[in-house]
Amino acid sequence: MTTLTDPPKQAFRLSQLIYDTRYRSMTIQVIAMIGFLILIGWLISNTAQNLADLGKEPSFRFLGEPAGYDINQRLIDYNNQDTHLRAAFVGLLNTLLVAFLGCITATVLGVIIGVLRLSKNWLVARLMTVYVEMFRNVPVLLWIVFVMAILIESLPAPRAFRGDNPEATMKVFDSVAVTNRGVYVPELLFGVDARDEKGEYLDAPTGWRVGLGDLPIGASADNPACASYYATEGAMAGEPGPGCGTFQISLDLMAVLFVLIAGFYSAHRIKLRADRIQEATGERPTTWYLRLGVVVVPLLIVLYALGAYLAYPELRGFNFRGGTHMRNSLIALWLALSLYTAAFIAEIVRAGIMAISHGQTEAAAALGLRSNRIMSLVILPQALRVIIPPLISNYLNLTKNSSLAIAVGYMDITGTLMGITLNQTGRELETVLLGMLIYLTISLSISAVMNWYNNRVKLVER
Amino acid sequence: MKKTVFLGALTVAGLAAGAAAAGTLDDVKARGKLNCGVSTGLVGFAAPDANGEWNGFDVSVCRAVAAAVLGDPAAVEFVPTTGKTRFTALASGEVDMLARNTTWTFSRDVDLKFTFVGVNYYDGQGFMVPKELGVSSAKELDGSTVCIQTGTTTELNLADFFRSNNISYEPVPIETNAEAQQQYLAGACDVYTTDASGLAATRATFENPADHVVLPEIISKEPLGPLVRHGDDEWGDVVRWTLNALITAEELGITSANVKEMASAAGNNPEINRLLGTEGNLGEMLGLSADWAVAALSSGGNYGEIFEKNIGENTPIGLSRGLNAQWTEGGLIYSPPFR
Repeated sequence: MTTLTDPPKQAFRLSQLIYDTRYRSMTIQVIAMIGFLILIGWLISNTAQNLADLGKEPSFRFLGEPAGYDINQRLIDYNNQDTHLRAAFVGLLNTLLVAFLGCITATVLGVIIGVLRLSKNWLVARLMTVYVEMFRNVPVLLWIVFVMAILIESLPAPRAFRGDNPEATMKVFDSVAVTNRGVYVPELLFGVDARDEKGEYLDAPTGWRVGLGDLPIGASADNPACASYYATEGAMAGEPGPGCGTFQISLDLMAVLFVLIAGFYSAHRIKLRADRIQEATGERPTTWYLRLGVVVVPLLIVLYALGAYLAYPELRGFNFRGGTHMRNSLIALWLALSLYTAAFIAEIVRAGIMAISHGQTEAAAALGLRSNRIMSLVILPQALRVIIPPLISNYLNLTKNSSLAIAVGYMDITGTLMGITLNQTGRELETVLLGMLIYLTISLSISAVMNWYNNRVKLVER
Repeated sequence: MKKTVFLGALTVAGLAAGAAAAGTLDDVKARGKLNCGVSTGLVGFAAPDANGEWNGFDVSVCRAVAAAVLGDPAAVEFVPTTGKTRFTALASGEVDMLARNTTWTFSRDVDLKFTFVGVNYYDGQGFMVPKELGVSSAKELDGSTVCIQTGTTTELNLADFFRSNNISYEPVPIETNAEAQQQYLAGACDVYTTDASGLAATRATFENPADHVVLPEIISKEPLGPLVRHGDDEWGDVVRWTLNALITAEELGITSANVKEMASAAGNNPEINRLLGTEGNLGEMLGLSADWAVAALSSGGNYGEIFEKNIGENTPIGLSRGLNAQWTEGGLIYSPPFR
């Protein structure tokens, strides 16, 4: 029998931190970390000291002061007496709008171009190669400016629509005006199609088709915009103030959206039922008219009940009035960002498709699937696993590139908070920090959503 | 990682702020060059010519200061700044002074911590429209699309004007004067608004200037002048009194042609003698040489000469003196005495 004795344990000595390989790397990291923190601390104190010397202590109070400037494109109510904070919020919504539209368009275009680039048709494949190379290799700022210049220089000004024999006319049954200030399309409104003597649309509540109106959020006597309303006796009844409040939610739009979502859900249930019947009996009942009906019929009923009508754009005074105005700046930025990012997405899609073994295509063909169904049912779902991670970074790029908006005068968060507000208040540090924080939040949110989606579609390994 | 991005911003801000130190006059002398912030190109006020030489009304102020401090009107480094970058450039010490048609306002003086040393051009905001629109007053602009340079006081004046007249407009924010010109000429906006002097300068570069009219309304006071950082009074005095020297010289009839002769010996007028350094020690008080004003005046002449050469009635810009005439001729240009 042998006895095993532990080697005598050595007490920890300080020199081990340097000479013992077990501890050395840790020592170096700790020292580096301390050095890094000292550097940061020095920078912060230096900044604070210098700002204090200049008499400009960091403060965010300016956000509560009236902005004083106007913004042309606003998704929520805003006028120049509102605060800088609200102006920044208007800009934020504009950023989100162009990022959202851009991501969708870029994805659709990118998938189509990526697939077509692999086409057996020589001409189509080469054309797509030219597209990808052209857009990828020119800075996006140039594309944005270029698209804007084309829109401004090639489209007619509103004054070309004037006169008995105008140089330009409205398109699509006189309902869409394409000008070099943007595109005016008919707008869906609720209530009654009534106008005042100046030709402005009115909300004249007569009969029962009057619409539901708006629900103000945050309307209170403290809100300056509501002050005049709360001075009247309407406030006594405890009703929310009309036309004021921090936000207004259109109840009509909510109702329409609700009916639409319910319709799609019912259509989905009908499809599931058809699937079950098909699996049980082998016969698939014809359901397309039912599925169409549950979406369209309730929608039409609701639209009629709410008194929906289209407001058409009309040339009055200097500009077209009425309808929805899609400004040139939005169109130029949206188009340029989409086209540019689509070139990158096309390459990702192509790489994803090429990563799928050719045997999959052959096996699917052997089962008798047609080539477009092979693509949509067999290849693309598998390719998505390869496509999605790089797709996320392209969405982030598109969102961040949207900060070039000021080149075409699109008032995004960079244009409002980090542009005019910075300039009028002189608060460089605060506005830029706030702006960076906002972009960081947007980017991380996009990442989170896309990672969640990636986790759903990725290959489940057991 | 996220933290580093945040701190990176602080780094940049910290370094920028660290560069701003007191003693600008000594810095400029040691450097042998004056860093002067000007606009990115507004013909008549500050624009490089075909040879790359900067010329213009604002540029002349920079050259006069460089001549007064360093004795050489060419010892200027011109830093082009946009409406957005100008204040950061000055506050961070990137430029020693700003001569960039900048409006003197309360908040810029008090809140942004700058010192306006005087006014070299009394301006006001105006509107330019194509003649074919048939508009004769700014109050007829209801519903119009207005091109406007972003980051300027004009943006706020415009909002106030339309609000107080209860008419609507659509602002089209634009970064530079050149882009505004392109959009305006293409009809993407009905109206272009900026300082009346800027409108005249812009209109002068059009192919057919006669097709455009500047409306009679001047909707704001825009006293434009050079400015320096708050808190460095010695430097502020140098720039202030150089500008005053140019103005006083016109009043006293000292021009670039006769300044050398007048400075060669003391004359009968004691104020001229004090200004040109043949009597008293004003230059020494400023920390400059005795002939500082002679050098400043030799660089481009007196205020009137600079005006006529760059933006006066015989130039394409064709601005009349108007408010900018000497006080002795009914204008507002007035310098405190050299005593």
